[in-house]
Parts: sequence; C-alpha cells; structure tokens
Amino acid sequence: MRALRQIVQITLVNLLSLPQCLGTSLVVIVGIAGVAGVLVSVLSMSEGFRHTLASTGREDRVIMLRAGSDAEMSSNVSRDQAVLVGALPAIARDGAGRPLASAELVVMVDLPRRGQADPNNVPFRGVQPAAFAIRDEVRVVEGRPFDRGVREVIVGRRAAQQFEGLTVGSRIAFRDSDWTVVGIFSSGGDVHESEIWADAEAAASAYRRTGFQSVTARLADGESAGLADLTASIARDRRLSMTVFREPEYYAKQSKVLTTLINVLGYTVAAFMAVGATFGALNCMYSAIASRQVEIATLRAIGFGSTPVVVSVLIEALVLALLGGALGGGLAYLYCDGATLSTLNFDTFSQVAFDFRVTPGLILRGIAWALVIGALGGLPPAIRAARLPVTLALRAG
Amino acid sequence: MRYLPLLLAGLFRKKTRTILTLLSVTVAFMLFGLLQSVTVAFESGADAADAKRLLTIGRYSMIELLPMSYLRRIEQVPGVVGVANAEWFGARYQNESNAFPVFAVDPTRYLDMYPEFDIAADQREAFAKTRTGAVAGRRLADRFGWKVGQKLPIASEIHPKMDGDMSWEFDLVGIIDAEDPAVRANTDMVLINVAYFDEARQLGKGRTGWYVVRVADSSQARAVSARIDRLFANSPDETKTQPEKEFAVGFAKQIGDIGALISRILAAVFFTILILTGNTMAQSLRERIPELAILKTLGFSDVRVTALVLAESGLLLLIGGGVGMGAAIGMLPFLNQSTGGRFPPLFVTAETWLLAAAMAAGLALAIGLPPAWRAHRLRIVDALAGHR
Repeated sequence: MRALRQIVQITLVNLLSLPQCLGTSLVVIVGIAGVAGVLVSVLSMSEGFRHTLASTGREDRVIMLRAGSDAEMSSNVSRDQAVLVGALPAIARDGAGRPLASAELVVMVDLPRRGQADPNNVPFRGVQPAAFAIRDEVRVVEGRPFDRGVREVIVGRRAAQQFEGLTVGSRIAFRDSDWTVVGIFSSGGDVHESEIWADAEAAASAYRRTGFQSVTARLADGESAGLADLTASIARDRRLSMTVFREPEYYAKQSKVLTTLINVLGYTVAAFMAVGATFGALNCMYSAIASRQVEIATLRAIGFGSTPVVVSVLIEALVLALLGGALGGGLAYLYCDGATLSTLNFDTFSQVAFDFRVTPGLILRGIAWALVIGALGGLPPAIRAARLPVTLALRAG
Repeated sequence: MRYLPLLLAGLFRKKTRTILTLLSVTVAFMLFGLLQSVTVAFESGADAADAKRLLTIGRYSMIELLPMSYLRRIEQVPGVVGVANAEWFGARYQNESNAFPVFAVDPTRYLDMYPEFDIAADQREAFAKTRTGAVAGRRLADRFGWKVGQKLPIASEIHPKMDGDMSWEFDLVGIIDAEDPAVRANTDMVLINVAYFDEARQLGKGRTGWYVVRVADSSQARAVSARIDRLFANSPDETKTQPEKEFAVGFAKQIGDIGALISRILAAVFFTILILTGNTMAQSLRERIPELAILKTLGFSDVRVTALVLAESGLLLLIGGGVGMGAAIGMLPFLNQSTGGRFPPLFVTAETWLLAAAMAAGLALAIGLPPAWRAHRLRIVDALAGHR
C-alpha cells in the first residue's frame, strides 16, 4: 500500500513537472511521433489495398476463364461458350428467367494521369446488361448508365479521380472513334472503380473482337455444393474447356505480387524506423533521467523506495510515448487517410487505384509500438537511477 | 587530423549515448540506401536506354498486336538501320504466374539491337540455328539453377500450341549477361525463337507485340518515329513509335510516383533523427561548457572552438552515414539473389552516394550549428563561473 502511495506521489510530481522540462519531453514526444506516424502511414497503404481487394467480389459469384488461364488478359471465351455456360442450371436467374451471367471483354486503353502526359494502362471492360444485376453494388453516382450498342462509357470513381479527361460529358478517343463519358460509377471501393465500362457489343465491334475474355456469373446456390455443381457441369460438356474461380479467390490471386510488394515495403520501413528511433528515444530518456539524478537521489534519501522510483519513471516514459504515438497517428490520419494511389498491378498489367486507410486499429497499433519504445527507452535508465548509491548520486550532481 | 583524438574523446565522453546516437543515424542511412536503390531500380530502365533505339507499339495500348508484315515496311523507312520484332509469351514456370518475362524474337535481329548484352559468339549462333532454342539472363539461370544444354519446360498463359496444349519446351542454348547493373535488369528474361513459336502456336499467327527499331542518327529519332507512324496511319493497326527512353520513363510512371512516396517516408525518418540527435548534441555540449571554457583559456580561438564542435557532429554523421550506407550495400546482394527476375536488381549509384553525403552534411550542420554557435559566444568567465 505504501509503495503504491509512493508511486502515485512521485508520478504526480513527475508529470506535473513535465512542462518544466518541456524541451526534453518534447523531443521524446516528437521522436516517437515520427516513428508512429511513418509506421501508421506505410501500413495504411497496405490496409487500403487489402480493403480494396477484400471488397472485390462476393462468395456467391464466380468468374470463368479459358481452362489453364488464371487472368482475364490471357483468357478467351467464345460467344458460343458464353451462351452455353449461361444456360447451365447452376447459374442464377433474374425475375424474368434470364441467366445472371455477363460475358465480358477487357482491353487496355492508354490514358494520362491528371496533369501528366505519359500513358497508363487503364482497364476498359465491355459488359453485358446482366452485369449490373450480378454486381448489384455498382451504382451510377453521376450522370446515367451507357445505352446499349452505342459508344458510351461509364467510368469508375477512382479512375475518374486519377486520369485525365474522364468527367461526365467529355469525350475520349480510342480505337476508331470517340467515346462519350456519360456517367461515373461507384462499386463499394473495389477494383472495378479503377475501370472504364462500356456495352460489350459496342466494345467488341470497336476492337473487332468476336469472343470475350471471361464470364462473370452469380451462382444459384452460393454454397460449395453450387460451385461443385457448376464445375461438374462444365467438365461434362466437352465444348466448355473453362476454369471456374470464386470471385474473391480470383481477385486475391490477381494481386499477389502487388500485395507482397506493398507489405514488404511497409513493414521493412516500419521496422527500420522503429529500431532507429528506439535508439534515439532511448538516448533522450537516458539523458532526461541522467539530468535528474540528484532529484531521484533526494527522493530516495528522504525515504522513497527504489521500486516506486522505477515505476514512476517508467510511467512518465509511457505517458510521453502515448502522447507521441497519438500525435503520430493523428498526423498520419490527417495526411494519409483518403489519399488515393494508383499503381500498376503486375499481374494484370493494368492500373489499380486504392485509398490509404488509417483505421482505428492501425492507430492503436502505432500507439502500441510507441508504448513499447517508451518502455524500452524508459526502463533501463530508471533502473540505473534507482540502483545508483544515494551518496554517489547526490555528490555527482 | 591533429584534432581527431580530441574529437573522438569528446564524442565518446559518454559511450552509451554516443553509441545509441550512432546506431540511430546508421539505421536511418541504411534505410536511405535501401529505399534509394529501389527508386533507382524503378528508374534505371531509362538509364539503360539507347538513344538510337525506338519502340513501335500499338497506338491505343501496348498490349495490342501488330502484323508481322510491318517489319519489312519499317525497315524501308529512311533513317532506319535495323528492326527486330518481339512478342510477349506470358510465361508460367513451376506454377508461378509471370515468374519472368519470355519474349519470342528473331534471334539475330533482336540481339543485334542490344549490343550491350554479353553473349558468347557460339551461343548466339546456336540460338539463331536452333528452332526450339532459348537464351536466358544470368540472374534467372542462377536463381533456377539452369545449365546450358538442358530443356526448359515453360507453360504459356496466353498461347496454346496447335493441339491446345499450353505447355512448351525449349532448349537452353545460351546465357546473356551485362556488366552495367542497369542493363542487367533488362537481361532478366528468356528469349525464344519466334520462327518455332509462330509456327507452333494456335492463336495470333503472323502478329507480334512490338518492334524495336534502330536509327542511324539519334538526332533523327523523332523524325523517324513520325515517319513510321505516318506509314500506318488510318490502317486497322495504327502504331505509336517513341524513343526507348521515353517509353521506359513512361512505363516507370505507370508504377506511380514511387519516388515521391519514398522521399516523403525518408523526410519523416530524417526529421525524426534530426530532432533526436540534435537534442543529444545540445545536451552533450551543455555538459561540457566548462571544458570548452578551458579550451578557450588555453588559447583556442572562438572560431577554432566552434569548428571543433561542428567537426564533432560532422564526424558523428560521417561514421553513422558511412556505416549505414555500407550496411545497405552489404545487404543488396542477398536481396538481389532472392528476387532475380521478379524485381530489377538493386544497386547503389554514385548519385545515391552524393545524395547521402549531402544529407549527412546537411544534418551535421543542422545538428551542430546551434551548439557550435553557443560555443562561439561562450565567455570564459561566465562559463567557468556558471558551473560550480
């Protein structure tokens, strides 16, 4: 009980006198804020990309590609195959009995980023009318949907933000003629928001294609039995040499390289940063405690135990670290949250855009790192101060 | 040099403190070296570009195919001295998608375009003569343990053979390498013979992905590009021709502003280091004020004492920065070994060293100046009186 009271007393004194050693405290706070800020920012990039991936596709939807192919760009599906597959009973129907299957073709169009001139591979997807019923998360948020058979496009929200000339009413020139942007769509922050969509027939005629690249469909039965049923009926029909993937599985596979790259970059930087700054923070803590040797020795001379001294110094370090962690997390939130980055996905060879996401979980993680640094930096000097013989410490001052 | 022992004595007055400071500076520069090498790797494509090489691709996107017949027509364009065709194979190796790039090329034409690649004369000849022949980059061969003379089983994700089979097999007849690390990044690939590939494939016969064009005079590059594109204007397959460097720069930009992102991270890192180290230096000086006063008493001029303090922070950054950069360079071979073909080779250039030196100098000044200024203004009487 006595020890506890002592801890509270010393801690209070220490914390109340923090403003007096403002310089040193501030340095510790800023140093730790730097670590936490960088950590949270780089991880918010991974978090944002992971979120975009995780929100792409649903368990009850499948994408079908040519057998052996696992990317749309390297796949092709003939018109006949698309019709045959749509007719399978494993595919869901809409109210009018039409299959919820959309045969799609994907090509790349070159568009410059806003304010730049160099071309980027932006995916251009021709979709069949069922696409909107299958992907019911797609909403036209500005303008209107494209009309069938004409050269009109709707543009994903993120693509519209990133690339030049994708506003409603503008015209973009590629392949034979001008296309008019008639709308902007959102789809819950998934990868399709980085795409441009048009009617499949209009796109096929412009690109002189007869076939498609993939068929996306909704399963009549979203459980594994439904998928097994579809796979079995495709295997039975010799005309259909196709591979079926559940959408989430497909899109995760499509981003393996980029996911690894972003994570490796994020965690490497964070780890280095943490190590480097721990040394720095340790240093500052050391000097802060060292300059208070006399004070600590005096406390012990008038009867305070060494445990309360250690604990109170540690608490002081943790409070500073907490402040630093919160400051860093806050700064990361201000600067990074919602910032959009568009980069090349090496697996699909096309642009994918995602937002940095600073989630409460990430901020907590930043604060946790900060507290660890604070503890590592505060404990050794506290123990040293408490173990130094009182007489020696008093004389050293 | 005479003052080095004095400087070291000052620095290591409190060993723990200085070692901790050094470690944090070291780690910062290690991170700097590594991240900077990533930026350089992304941009090195442009450095390895040859001003006399142009690339002709489909006008609307680089993934559109062009007729093989364009080869002869481009060859006849005035100013052109050589043309080579190349096509993306879409390799899958050991079940890994895009494990490395594979290009179907005309062996002689293609290798003529890249005189900076090193390949033994007999291997080059074997590649030209073997229909199923292939040559691979040194880094790839090392990573997968390939030996010249062995079979290379590589599947394609795009091209089935006539019987619908997606798995192909080639004979490895040669290894390509390059001295310059920026050029070596371009050898992270496998080349196969288009004569065999085009005959055996089911789809896209008679078409190719892009053309590499060599011009006689690099100052004519733009004019020749325009001539080539005019040749195919209003045809079903229009082209876009541009100098290789422009293409490389543009492609690097597709990856996004990695450079800016990395600079921002590094700025935050160095700012943090600046604050922490600056504080330590100031503290260290405060403790030594009587010593400095004694130095002045002994006849050291104000300027000399100031210079000593500055030199101390300079030395700190020199050691920390040097060790950090050295450690980064030491780590690169290991990183490169494990990424061969998946990521361009990382290397530290002279510019990176210069940049590191500039950063170190800037930091040394920022950290050293305030205490140095204080030392400069120090009056002996006050300094000696103020302490004890």
